[in-house]
Amino acid sequence: MTRNGIAFWTGAAVFLAAVFAMTQLVGNQYPFFAGYVILQFVALAVAWSILGGYAGYVNFGTSAFFGVGVYASVFLVNAFGAPLPVQILTGAAIGALMGFALGLLTLRMQGIFFSIATIALTIIIETTITNWRYVGGAAGIQIQRPAVTAPFDNYVQMLFFVQALLVVLAVAISRYIQNSWIGRGLQALRDDELAAECTGVPTLRLKLLACVISGALMCAVGAPSAMYLQYADPAGAFNLNYSVSTLAMSLIGGTAHWSGPIVGAILLGTTQQLLTVTISSEVNVLVLGVMLVLFVVGAPEGIIGLIRKLRGKGKEGEA
Amino acid sequence: MTLADTRSPLLRISSLTKRFGGFTALRNVSVDIRPGERFGLIGPNGSGKTTLINCISGAFRTEPGTILFGDEDITPLQPHVRTRRGIARSFQIPRPFRSMTVAENLMVALDFAAHEHVSVGERRDTMMSILEQMGLGSKANVPATQLSQVELRKMELARAMATHPKLLISDEAMAGLSGSEVDEVLDLLLSFASCNITIIMIEHIMQAVMRFSERVMCLDAGTIIAIGTPSEVMADQRVQEAYLGT
Repeated sequence: MTRNGIAFWTGAAVFLAAVFAMTQLVGNQYPFFAGYVILQFVALAVAWSILGGYAGYVNFGTSAFFGVGVYASVFLVNAFGAPLPVQILTGAAIGALMGFALGLLTLRMQGIFFSIATIALTIIIETTITNWRYVGGAAGIQIQRPAVTAPFDNYVQMLFFVQALLVVLAVAISRYIQNSWIGRGLQALRDDELAAECTGVPTLRLKLLACVISGALMCAVGAPSAMYLQYADPAGAFNLNYSVSTLAMSLIGGTAHWSGPIVGAILLGTTQQLLTVTISSEVNVLVLGVMLVLFVVGAPEGIIGLIRKLRGKGKEGEA
Repeated sequence: MTLADTRSPLLRISSLTKRFGGFTALRNVSVDIRPGERFGLIGPNGSGKTTLINCISGAFRTEPGTILFGDEDITPLQPHVRTRRGIARSFQIPRPFRSMTVAENLMVALDFAAHEHVSVGERRDTMMSILEQMGLGSKANVPATQLSQVELRKMELARAMATHPKLLISDEAMAGLSGSEVDEVLDLLLSFASCNITIIMIEHIMQAVMRFSERVMCLDAGTIIAIGTPSEVMADQRVQEAYLGT
């Protein structure tokens, strides 16, 4: 393993240990409720960035994948009383299939046409779920949490830890992709698709792969959400807010490096949680919009791009 | 008959036609390119030269007509498969991977198109030796966006060479270059040819075409109007008319 690899896995272990310690030591339930949402967005932003950042295919369908993850769990709990790990794994499998289908249908389209197709996907799936009585239809459905398993003494604390695991998984996958031939191929096709093809890059296959991985992760992240809220309804699960927030977090953090979406999601997610508590949940949509505009104008490469630029200037100054 | 004529062609294009809506860009083009040949492709603007290249490299689909590469019909193959079979190209307007360094641009080719499975270290060595050969050794870690025009042209050729081609198609690699730079690029192409790589060169600079090519083909309005040795083609009445007007 390289030195970077050791540093990364050490960091991941420390992070998980800290999260676990927090579940054992902190008595107040609020940090877990808020932290869960932030971690959920970190994982979503990292997953989104695999297709949206590395390949440059802007996916507005995050809420479709997320919502399908939620409803996969709803169905499994309703039908079989399936435990959480089964819900997440099934969510991932369905997400992968969905990513594959979406990719086959839409990845031949480039740029804005792909993005519009992904919005259509959200609407189609939401309409389907709204009309499916078994999972609650438009009125939504209540879900009973099972008893919590040791060493956790509260279900939300456990979900918080599970979501932290999903974050580590998503980041590890994203980091692996960036450093491998897959990442180089995606970067090449983002820069110039024809030139990439003529340099031997199987562009459609790589885009499909990115779409499958990204979709599987997004669905997996959505799966525990049914248990978190103990309730699911189509308007909530397929809320366009998931798409917009995820996209904004990735772009504000910067998509050139795997750490960008993490930075963006922590920054925006935390701000949103603070605003929701202190002012109102409507204000955080406004703040999101304003920040996105500011970054698009002032730092189009995101925070990571900004840091790189400043560092580059610093080096020039030294020389 | 020379020996070269009796060998089977490397590239055989048979009755190729390409239409864009009602416009016929290529009409019934048939030509054989021999292994190791230096082949010049000329013609006025809009005569279909780049369209022909796009058909050979797979960027365009052709409905009537077939393209054989070696013994294989490559007509249904996607561009990246054709690249792996050994067809590489440069672009008329350079298309570098803009977010990458020069070295990374070449690594894309080595990662995806190299024929034998080699270690990362070996790939790096190959990449550096290609860059050295191109005179771009000192530019390895420079972002592609910071290259000059001639460096960009050379990098495109280097990236194409990194795919380990049997056939290299150079689409106006000398356009917009100064006299000495034209000679530099021409020498590079000649050095590739001496390594037994078949080269199709599209060029407007006639001295370069004359000096480089063993055989020249002239397209006009999508049809072949002349094919032969450079001096034969230059002397052809119809070629002169196509270039100068009647």
